[in-house]
Amino acid sequence: MSDMIWNKQYECMEREALLKLQGERVKLMVNGSTTPSLSTEKNFRKRESNPRDINTIDDLKKLPFTTKQDLRDNYPFGLFTLPQTDIVRLHASSGTTGKSTVVGYSQNDIQMWSEVVARSLTMAGVTNSDIIQIAYGYGLFTGGLGLHYGAEKVGASVIPISGGNTKKQLQLMEDFGSTVLACTPSYAAYLGEALAEEKIDRRNIKLKAGVFGAEPWTEGMRSQIEQLLGIKAYDIYGLSEIIGPGVSMECHCQKGMHVFEDHFIPEIINPDTCEVLPYGELGELVFTPATKEAMPLIRYRTRDLTRLHAEKCDCGRTLVRMEKCVGRSDDMLIIRGVNVFPSQVEAVLLEMSETKPHYLLVVDRENNLDTVEIQVEINEQFFSDEVKELEALRQRIRANIASTLGISATIRLVEHGTIERSMGKAQRVVDKRKLQ
Amino acid sequence: MIIKQLSVFLENRTGRLTELTGILAENDINISAFSIADTADYGILRMIVGRPEPAAEILRKQGFAVKITDVIGMIIPHSPGSLHKALELLSSNNVAIDYMYAFASGECKATVVIRAESLQKIIDVLMEHKMELLQEGDVYQV
Repeated sequence: MSDMIWNKQYECMEREALLKLQGERVKLMVNGSTTPSLSTEKNFRKRESNPRDINTIDDLKKLPFTTKQDLRDNYPFGLFTLPQTDIVRLHASSGTTGKSTVVGYSQNDIQMWSEVVARSLTMAGVTNSDIIQIAYGYGLFTGGLGLHYGAEKVGASVIPISGGNTKKQLQLMEDFGSTVLACTPSYAAYLGEALAEEKIDRRNIKLKAGVFGAEPWTEGMRSQIEQLLGIKAYDIYGLSEIIGPGVSMECHCQKGMHVFEDHFIPEIINPDTCEVLPYGELGELVFTPATKEAMPLIRYRTRDLTRLHAEKCDCGRTLVRMEKCVGRSDDMLIIRGVNVFPSQVEAVLLEMSETKPHYLLVVDRENNLDTVEIQVEINEQFFSDEVKELEALRQRIRANIASTLGISATIRLVEHGTIERSMGKAQRVVDKRKLQ
Repeated sequence: MIIKQLSVFLENRTGRLTELTGILAENDINISAFSIADTADYGILRMIVGRPEPAAEILRKQGFAVKITDVIGMIIPHSPGSLHKALELLSSNNVAIDYMYAFASGECKATVVIRAESLQKIIDVLMEHKMELLQEGDVYQV
């Protein structure tokens, strides 16, 4: 529990002043003062609006949206607004057959990211007296490095252990006396159960707080993790297109996640009509990262469905709070923190040409880890009457799925016609994880 | 001497084999021999039937993945040691076998169905040693 606030000036700003600041920042953004090439033809192509029409935050809705497809179409660096010499970091998420979503960061972007993560960690009570174990994956995924820089900014001692290697996680947790754990909620629960099984003296475990995100989780999971690890568990939200983790974060009141609105301007829209909805209504979350330099996306559609609340929080912050996301306005799945689109599976199968793209993704959660089974209907061209051939095929599908999607899946070969088709369209996903 | 075998992909699901045998019964197709190679999730049914081509078509129409594979039927005496003797002959001639299954027909003879890459080589070896091979006419009309 902590009442500390990292940056009172911005986190507790009067709403009116904050909205004025947002207006100024958006104006700067579209006029290219902070981002020299933003108003070039490329970024305003298709956009019927004129940068001169943007003067206050209310004018934001005149601007068109950006989608994940725009990122794919401009792969890899097409949406960067700075020359490569000013890009200091590249992150990427998995994408359809080799085409990932790439994001670039300038030196200032990295600093801004560190700032919002520092604010987030402060919400969870993290100070320079803490030892933080970062068990998010380090690498192209934004989780590890995102938390890392913010934790260093706060002055905490960082253990950059990355994901996996559970035995080592528990050993360092005990030997180093980690006080804060940052990872995906499913891994936190897994670590909690492993801790219970290992013969570790609980008095040697100093954990007090956890910062968990990158995948959906429930209140039920929260209490389970809190009980297993003896901590208070906080929810952090983010997406690489906007910055990474640290777009919003829960304070100790746990009444939604505070959006760092001075940097990321949120809107809620009706995903079908694209009309902007008032606070309190359920819709698709849209962000404009107004201060981002290297890749400032205008009105990026997150596809996450949630509500925003603007009443001042008991913690003293005036920043809007977003509820836990209740779903997606597209078919994206988040599996062990990795974004997976059913269409990616289809693309992998089509490319192998041996299989019909009739498949079913069955996602479940066993022992707190997401499991994926891909049922693939076999066709006659590749049906071999030898077990070793069919097993080799299964291995090939498995390897291709792993390299394209970044997740390991169980492949089950099924007979033609096994997967249910309704209205001529096959069902692609069965998500058995109980998240509500 | 080459015999056509039907191979069918079957999911491990209660009643699935019964559905298949039902279809064959309805269509008056006799099964001379069969075996199932099973894995955790699925099985491969291999069988020698009276009319392989029409049987394959019928099963395909019912949505089964079917393949017609060439095999041979090696006929050996239905007595102790005869299988061993035949296998020794094949292995001493360096013939690799993918899979095989056997059925005894009557008191004196047994037939071993063999699937291999080099079926012709097996035929040659067996002929050379005066072994008896199943002829197409023997099985299909059973």
